[in-house]
Amino acid sequence: MQQIFNFIFKNSTRLLFLLLLSVSLLLTIQSHSYHKSRIISSANFLTGGVYEKINDISEYLNLKTENEALALENARLKSMLFNAKDTTAVKKLDSLKGVAPKDIVVSKVIHNSYNVHENFLTLNSGANDGVKPDMGVINSLGIVGIIDRTSPNYSTVVSILNTKSQINAKIKKSNHFGSLVWNGKSTGYVQLIDVPRLASVRKGDTIVTGGQSVIFPEGINIGTIDKVYKEEETNYYVLNIKLFNDMTNLGHVYIIKSKDRDEVNNLEKGNTKDE
Amino acid sequence: MSSTLLINSLRFILLLALQIVIFDNMTFLGYIMPLPYILFIILYPVNSNKPTLLISSFFMGLIMDLFSNSGGVHATACLILAFYRPYIFKFAFGVSYEYQTIKLNDSLTPERFSFILLAVIIHHFTLFILEAFQVSFILDILLRTLLSTIFTIISCIIIIYLIKPNKR
Repeated sequence: MQQIFNFIFKNSTRLLFLLLLSVSLLLTIQSHSYHKSRIISSANFLTGGVYEKINDISEYLNLKTENEALALENARLKSMLFNAKDTTAVKKLDSLKGVAPKDIVVSKVIHNSYNVHENFLTLNSGANDGVKPDMGVINSLGIVGIIDRTSPNYSTVVSILNTKSQINAKIKKSNHFGSLVWNGKSTGYVQLIDVPRLASVRKGDTIVTGGQSVIFPEGINIGTIDKVYKEEETNYYVLNIKLFNDMTNLGHVYIIKSKDRDEVNNLEKGNTKDE
Repeated sequence: MSSTLLINSLRFILLLALQIVIFDNMTFLGYIMPLPYILFIILYPVNSNKPTLLISSFFMGLIMDLFSNSGGVHATACLILAFYRPYIFKFAFGVSYEYQTIKLNDSLTPERFSFILLAVIIHHFTLFILEAFQVSFILDILLRTLLSTIFTIISCIIIIYLIKPNKR
């Protein structure tokens, strides 16, 4: 009798282990398929609240670099303003409010990750500020990522340092398009794949976002070409790109809200339905 | 009995807090990270309830996943470590480990060190395999496992020595 009890007891542990293992493996596999939103994410009041408290303290250490970045951006904007073609031209202002095609939300990175293959950031603005999944996130130097999940006050971002992220980008001077991916190796470099051989690429050329998706507006800086590889099987270039952004040190970011987004998405959805 | 429960729940919370507040922000060379929160599973009493250990380590991993946006990677790794812990004990201390009252915070003997080493390697290897989830990253996985193991063990030993006076 005692042995039977022992046997059942032993197996109950094993059964419990198998049950919990299948749950956790399910969560793992689900998180690796990009098109499904993950169940477990840091966009909730608990983790968001904790990260915000931690960030409140660590923010002081980065105040100097943050100030310098802001001053640089101000200088750049000022120089754009002063070098405008006709400074006396009257700017046409739209008198209707809320019809600007692009709107920008200022947000702050409260948790940054760059040491795994699939990196996510946590921001301190969420659905209450009008943030929705699939919005673009940039900062003064270049692109940062795309919003993944939102909660009322927090949101998570798929960083460009994520092996699952794929962003449309182009070479600034020749308008040849490619896809921006990350090979999971270095935090300072990403790869632009599927660039046609016709494109004239040279080390040091600037890469910007292409206007083919509604997530990012055209022409946001990404980085410069560092190395050019030829892929033997296909007729494409693979470019190693040095990012303008230091992804290991992110402070304030801007979330781009595009007013045309829903319209374009609906249109594309309708088109695929007809086919 | 209730004092062990109290100590273990305290450890659970303290180690998680320590991991999230301090050790998650300590990254060396961009990808090496110490994960001393698994000390909870390592230091769990030898002869106590196994299902409790499984469930508590599962939830510990799940909380880590919640904070690091990693799906169920930490939960799986913790669960596997918790389940295979008796076998690691057997390997490190010999067959009669259950009759000894092992307290890991006594002093660092070669047996105890080999136990910690094996436990950390098993946890980290599972973690990094599931985290990369691609065969082509195998060299990267091995490198990460090796280097992170070193840093985790160093931080584990430091924590053990720090909490020792409180235990006595």
